[in-house]
This record gives sequence, C-alpha cells and structure tokens, in this order.
Amino acid sequence: MHIVDGALSNPVLIGGAVLAVGGIAMGLKKLPLERIPAAGVLSASFFVASLIHVPIGPSSVHLILNGLAGLVLGWAAFPALFVGLLLQAVFFGFGGLTVLGVNAVNIAGPAVLAGLIFGRLVSRGGPMQGAIWGGLGGGFAIAATTLAVAFSLALSGDEFVPAAKLVFVAHIPVIVIEALLSGAAIFLARRVKPELFAGSKGGWT
Amino acid sequence: MTYVLTGEDKPLTGFGALRAAVSSLDPRMRIVMTVIYAVTVVALDDLRVLSGALVLSMWLLAISGLPFQKTLKRMAMMDGFIIFTLILLPFTMPGTPMFSVFGFDATWEGLWRATEIALTANAVILAVMTLVGSMEPVTMGHALFALKTPERLVHLMMFTIRYIDVLREEYLRLRTSMKLRGFRPGTNWHTYRSYGYLVGMMLVRAIERSERILAAMKCRGFCGRIVLLEEFRLTRTDLMFAGAMVLALTALIWAEVAYAAA
Repeated sequence: MHIVDGALSNPVLIGGAVLAVGGIAMGLKKLPLERIPAAGVLSASFFVASLIHVPIGPSSVHLILNGLAGLVLGWAAFPALFVGLLLQAVFFGFGGLTVLGVNAVNIAGPAVLAGLIFGRLVSRGGPMQGAIWGGLGGGFAIAATTLAVAFSLALSGDEFVPAAKLVFVAHIPVIVIEALLSGAAIFLARRVKPELFAGSKGGWT
Repeated sequence: MTYVLTGEDKPLTGFGALRAAVSSLDPRMRIVMTVIYAVTVVALDDLRVLSGALVLSMWLLAISGLPFQKTLKRMAMMDGFIIFTLILLPFTMPGTPMFSVFGFDATWEGLWRATEIALTANAVILAVMTLVGSMEPVTMGHALFALKTPERLVHLMMFTIRYIDVLREEYLRLRTSMKLRGFRPGTNWHTYRSYGYLVGMMLVRAIERSERILAAMKCRGFCGRIVLLEEFRLTRTDLMFAGAMVLALTALIWAEVAYAAA
C-alpha cells in the first residue's frame, strides 16, 4: 500500500502533504496529554500487528488494520498512523519521504472516516452486532485506502491507470480478510473490555 | 532498546564498533539535509543525473558505518513491493514500441519512466535510512522536537517507539501460547477468527498497559509536560558536511539543467 518516491507528480505530493498536516493537527487537537500514553501504546500495537502475516491460499498477506485503528482511536488515528508510517520509512525503508503525506492521507484518512461512520455503531448493541459493524468498518477502511492509492496514482499520470486497477483487484482478498479479522477482534474486545471503543462512554471521540 | 525498529538481533547503531562518521554529526542537521536531499532528487528527471544521486546515496551509506549488506537488503525489500508496478509501466505507457508480449507493446518511454522511478525511490530511501535511520529512534524524536515538530506529536512518537518492542514481545508470547494449544495457520475461518482474537487481545492488553503507565506517570508527579532533555550543538564538522551535501546537490541540479539544454 506504500507508494514510493518518484512515482507521483508534484501537485499530488504537495496536496497530500497539506492534507496530512491538516489531519495531524486535527488529530492532535482531539488528543489531550492524558490520552497520549494510550494513543502511543495503541499506535505501537498497530505497528506490531502490521507485521503479522496471514495465510491466504499458497501465499500470505500482511495486515494494515487501519479500520480497526480508526474505530479505537477516532481522530487520533491520524497522527498515530502517521507516526507508524514515519518509523517504517526511516527504519525499515518502506515507502518514502516526500510521499509521506500522500501515504498518510491514503491510510489514515480512511481510518478516521471508518471511526466517524462506524465508531458509535460498534459500541452499541451486543458484541455480535458490534462485530458485524466492526467488520464492515474494517473492510470499508481498507477498500477506501486501496481506492485512494489507485486514485493518487491515476492523478499522477494515465500510464498508472492499469496498474491502479490491478492494485484494486489484487486487494479484494485483503479487504475480505481485514474485514473478518477486524470483526473478530472487535467481538473479543467487546466481551473483554467494552470501553475500548471510540463511541463508548469515556472513550475517544 | 528498540530492536524491532533497528534490526532483528541488535540495533544497527551499536555503541563503539559501529560508531562512524555519520553518527557523530548533529541529528538535526542530518534530518534537514535528508529532507532537502529527498526534495531535490524527486525533482530530478534525467536518468544519468539520477544515477549520480544513487552513487551519492551509496557514498553516504559507505561513510555511515551501517552494515552494508543488511541495509541494501532492506532497500531490495522495498523494490520487491514496487516491482510489479514498474514491470507494468512499459506496457501501459504510449510511445515507441520496443518489443511485444502476447500482443501488448512495451515502449521505450515506459521503460525509462520505470527506471526513473526505481532510481529515485532507491536513492531517496537509502539516504533516509543512512542519515536518519542510523540514529537511535529516541534521538530522532528529540531532534524532531528541536526542529519545532509539535510537542504532542513527538510525545506520541516517543511512546510508540518505546512500546513497539514491548508489544512485539507480548505478541510473540501470545503466538507461543497459541502454538502450544496446537494452532496451525491455514486458509480457513478458524485461522482468521483466531488471528482476529489475537489482535483484539493485543489491543485489550495495550489499553490496560497504558492505564498502568499513566498511573505510574501520575505517581511520579506527571503534570502535563514531558521534558525532552537532549541538547544539540552544531559543530564545524556538521557545517562542512552540510556544505558538501549542498555542493553535491548543486552539481546534480546543474547537470540536470545542462543535459536538458543539450
């Protein structure tokens, strides 16, 4: 899902950077200092979760779980996922530096959206109902991320359009798996620790 | 400290043996120069100039004191991710046909574009990994703060850096206990549900851990401000390094302009 340096046109890069700064500022505004330890630890756990490889047929995919991050953190998911992307670029060499803004918008934007749309629904009703909404939220976020990646490639040049389409088709199994996993994760969390979610009382907003 | 971030067995920035030219330079200057370098290289188009940029990145790697093979292997991993997009490019870009596969024409223009992206991406990420990635992650946080990054973002980053390692160990413990109970991953509902529960459990434990952290911080008089202690000093060596980098970048830009005019 990471775009590398050199592929995108300058307007796309600048637009992405501006949007990312806005998203981070908004996220930090919704993050009081008391919440920073929790946000940091959750950000770290999403970083670790993205290292998990899930088998699918003869191959395996690694998780992104941005939908789940949005459901748990709400707006704070933006700076949290940005930090993860920054650390990945600097210490792992995934992605790039000038594309950091675009990558943040593509991955953290859908996360925040999923949190805003599905956050309250997830904390309502029984655990099973929450799990279904959570699964939808998880699938929605990763589908939106794939579309956003395809869109930023297509905006940069027509030569990327076939590649962008291929990226989307190739990610359909990933979308399904992320949805299933997010749903299951929320089912467990709802039973063990219901106050975890953005929409719940005393949770993130 | 953060083994997950800086290498599988031990940090790339060891003390003593690996301490080389680049790690003695001011971290703030390294971050600023990396950003300038990245922006410049992304703006370049000519393949010859971009090759020059890659050579410059290689030189940075050579003086950084990072293990050569390991760093290049990481860079190759990134190439593995983008290779499919790059292979598609010659077939999707209009231009002079080069050869055709199953009726699809590959064009020279597409090949040059793919090469350009590959060179840019590798040159930039190599410079990022050697100039910034060679720092202790905590030092990077302090340096970013010194460069006027919002305090809360830096704190968020510091907490993330601190707990990545802890949570990875927690993850490995959970995986071990799954294995002990006979879990074997495959393509089935049971696997996906189990992985989902694993992620859910990690989140629950993370949030409980963060409650304990906050309690411990309050117990020690946390009053809403975290002090970042490190102080940086710009030395003559730093200025010389920055000067050399600027000179090299100017040469690259000059070459680009000269080739474009020719």
